[in-house]
Amino acid sequence: MVLVLALGDLHVPHRAADLPPKFKSMLVPGKIQHIICTGNLCIKEIHDYLKTICPDLHIVRGEFDEDARYPDTKTLTIGQFKLGLCHGHQVIPWGDLDSLAMLQRQLDVDILVTGHTHQFTAYKHEGGVVINPGSATGAYSSINQDVNPSFVLMDIDGLRVVVYVYELIDGEVKVDKIDFKKASTSTSAP
Amino acid sequence: MIADDDEKWLAAATSAVKQNAFYMQRAIDSNNLKDALKFSAQMLGELRTSKLSPHKYYELYIRASDELRSLEMFFRDETARGCSIAELYELVQHAGNILPRLYLLCTIGSVYIKSKDVAAKDILKDLVEMCRAVQHPLRGLFLRSYLAQVTRDKLPSIGSELEGDTETHMDALEFVLQNFTEMNKLWVRMQHQGPTREKEKREKERNELRDLVGKNLHILGQLEGVDLVVYRDTVLPRILEQVVNCKDELAQCYLMDCIIQVFPDDFHLQTLDVLLGACPQLQPSVDIKTVLSGLMERLSNYAASSVEALPNFLQVDAFSKLNHAIGKVVEAQVDLPASASVTLYLFLLKFTLHVHSDRLDYVDQGFGIKPSEHGSCVSQLSATGKLCDDKASKQIVAFLSAPLEKFNDVVTILKLTNYPRVMEYLDHDTNKAMAIIIIQSILKNNTRIATADEVDALFELIKGLIKDFDGLTDNDEIDEEDFQEEQNSVARLVHFLYNDDPEEMSKIIFRIRKHILTGGPKRLPLTIPPLVLSALKLIRRMRGGDENPFGDDTSTPQKILQLLTETVEVLSDASASELALRLYLQCAQAANDCELETVAYEFFTKAYLLYEEEISDSKAQVTALRLIIGTLQRMRVFNVENRDILTHKATGYSVKLLKKPDQCRAVYECAHLYWAEEGENLKDGERAQKIADAVQKMANASRGASSTGSVSLYVELLNKYLYFLEKGNPQVTGETIQSLAELIRSETKKAESGAGTFITSTLRYMEFQRQQEDGGMSEKYQKIKMEWFE
Repeated sequence: MVLVLALGDLHVPHRAADLPPKFKSMLVPGKIQHIICTGNLCIKEIHDYLKTICPDLHIVRGEFDEDARYPDTKTLTIGQFKLGLCHGHQVIPWGDLDSLAMLQRQLDVDILVTGHTHQFTAYKHEGGVVINPGSATGAYSSINQDVNPSFVLMDIDGLRVVVYVYELIDGEVKVDKIDFKKASTSTSAP
Repeated sequence: MIADDDEKWLAAATSAVKQNAFYMQRAIDSNNLKDALKFSAQMLGELRTSKLSPHKYYELYIRASDELRSLEMFFRDETARGCSIAELYELVQHAGNILPRLYLLCTIGSVYIKSKDVAAKDILKDLVEMCRAVQHPLRGLFLRSYLAQVTRDKLPSIGSELEGDTETHMDALEFVLQNFTEMNKLWVRMQHQGPTREKEKREKERNELRDLVGKNLHILGQLEGVDLVVYRDTVLPRILEQVVNCKDELAQCYLMDCIIQVFPDDFHLQTLDVLLGACPQLQPSVDIKTVLSGLMERLSNYAASSVEALPNFLQVDAFSKLNHAIGKVVEAQVDLPASASVTLYLFLLKFTLHVHSDRLDYVDQGFGIKPSEHGSCVSQLSATGKLCDDKASKQIVAFLSAPLEKFNDVVTILKLTNYPRVMEYLDHDTNKAMAIIIIQSILKNNTRIATADEVDALFELIKGLIKDFDGLTDNDEIDEEDFQEEQNSVARLVHFLYNDDPEEMSKIIFRIRKHILTGGPKRLPLTIPPLVLSALKLIRRMRGGDENPFGDDTSTPQKILQLLTETVEVLSDASASELALRLYLQCAQAANDCELETVAYEFFTKAYLLYEEEISDSKAQVTALRLIIGTLQRMRVFNVENRDILTHKATGYSVKLLKKPDQCRAVYECAHLYWAEEGENLKDGERAQKIADAVQKMANASRGASSTGSVSLYVELLNKYLYFLEKGNPQVTGETIQSLAELIRSETKKAESGAGTFITSTLRYMEFQRQQEDGGMSEKYQKIKMEWFE
């Protein structure tokens, strides 16, 4: 069992002062093996904070990130899964699943994690799964009118990944989960 | 050497005491009064020594006084056997030397009191006065100490079985007071014995003896009949008289503290003027602040532990008295360093916060009132000017932090009119550090600053962070990282300046802007973004709410957007063009949502201008252009003409990007500008296709340069064709796709393309779509006739 935290679009300090306290108390160091971050932190303090939760931090560049050295896309393998990471402002039209699917084919990954819309989605299509963890701080978005703070925890176990989404709605943390399975260890196929 | 001698003498004296005690005991056992007296006198003779240090003398004294206990018991037994006490009392006075004589007198005297043959008061008076014969400080102190010790259980004290009427109580009181007075005099006299160079040593020795003197106060505290009235009218004045008149720093310090610790808190409360009145009369070298702080601390704890006592504090007006006392002390002691006077006010503040936490006016007073009245912190500080003294600065920070910690609510602090004035006296760095503390309090406690006026007050407090100090640009000295952290704190703060009411929130936005704009080019890129985003949130809320026909000008989306235009402009002047461009685009989307076409167009114009004139780095251009295209793609508010103009320009920019692949990508992204899901009039299939064709041509042209890059591009383009095919663009035909696929195939045959997996996954996708059960998709894909290849 490998736990991967996926989050992004925090927009600290431009659009939010910090992560919600209820989230912070859940994100305890030592429990998570990897963090993948869709970008738009925006400042070093948040980067450092994430590193304390887990030193294996993978991050891509959002358009407001202070550090210009983050890459535009990143791929990594965790267990049997290939994961791809991209903020999403590079894929036009923004939030369009077909266009994201194209990126997924290009990166050749089972799971594509992307952000920018501040809207949680977990979508299975021909090429694999696209996950958007939303905005961990519930930051304002010009794309999405109604944003709740959210993040995703993936439990990768063999050929199966369980996606837990945590959303802060009206002050309470609500959890939902979605199961995905891949057929074989070869390149992704439904 | 001296120490060794000391030990030697002590050893000799102790052995003599032991020996005489042995004989004395033997005499006692054989009821030999005469011998008992003889040997006890000899034993006590050892206490006449001048050779021992106070510490060693104490050891000797303990030994001797221990032995005297059996003598006392013997005396008691003798009187029980019929011996007359008065006679005994006479007999002991035959002892040759005065010191042993007096010790024996005290011993028998205590038995005498117990017998009740004579009035206790007479004996007590006799004893306390006869002890005057020993004027040597050390010996006199121990003698009187013995007197106190041996009479203690004969005085009517709390918990003892001795009853007494008021007269008895007063007699006992008088006795203890007198003994105390004499002991203090002896103790003080020690200071002046011996050469000046040994002053320190003497003070140390005196310190070792201080509890002998203090004991008397403890006894007073235990006496029956010492109620508030007696304490106020007799005990306290007498003690204070001695304390003040002795003019000795060591004694005054110790005894004041003793008084405060020994007697009950409500006594202190009721005699506050008297106690405080003594303070200015003490020696200048006495550490008054320790005394006063000890007092204030006790009273604070008293208030904290017994709620019923609280009204008394108000009744005696404790606060003003303390405030006044501090003022007088500071006035009297002109050399008092700033840190000391601040410490005093700090303790007063803590007292106020404990005792009168609901009285903000008291707290405010503590901070500073009119300079003419000498009871304020500010008036003290204004005399000294800005502080360069580290210690004083630390105290002031503690001073300013105390109410923050107590109330955990910056809004309450904002009500203290004198708070900002005290902050003025800090040097720049400390002022900024204090401002950060204030901000952190807000962040930690989730404090909401909800009105424009409160915003103003807050920014007044943190102005050290907001702008450069007059005349100084401390830019060079400041650490870059620290500066960023500071400004990020201010940025985070903006999110706590909030009101649900759109009108008030508008006002808040305007005020924040006013303050932030004084920050200068280094600060603006860090502080303007949160302001802009906060304003955009407000606009969204305004849209959600009802139109307010009575609202004033400031609370409409237009007005706010107008403000934002002017605000973001400032950023582009501050050479933060990329940031400004992003913010313009955010504003454009907000304008779009409000259906304000002209405003949205205006924002795009500004963004485009920035792009053309300020953004020259190629990577920055690629990203900026993507953002422009992405934003424009979502705009619904433009009429055909405006949209055309903007799209045409964007396409133009795309073609001019530095690197060919970037050009191609940007251009095919522009295709989406001609095709949007919602809105039929936005589906211009022809134009979309034209663009795609253009891309292909461009890709062809770059083929010579690097074929690997171009194959990848072709595959991307292929995917785009599929996209439009699926969306139903009639211009995308099976042939179009087939020919491109052919192209790809021939290219990959020539050389390794690096796009292998992309091709594979694309083909797989196409096959999948072809196989779709739902007819529509599969139909489209059937149009494509291709051979599969690896």
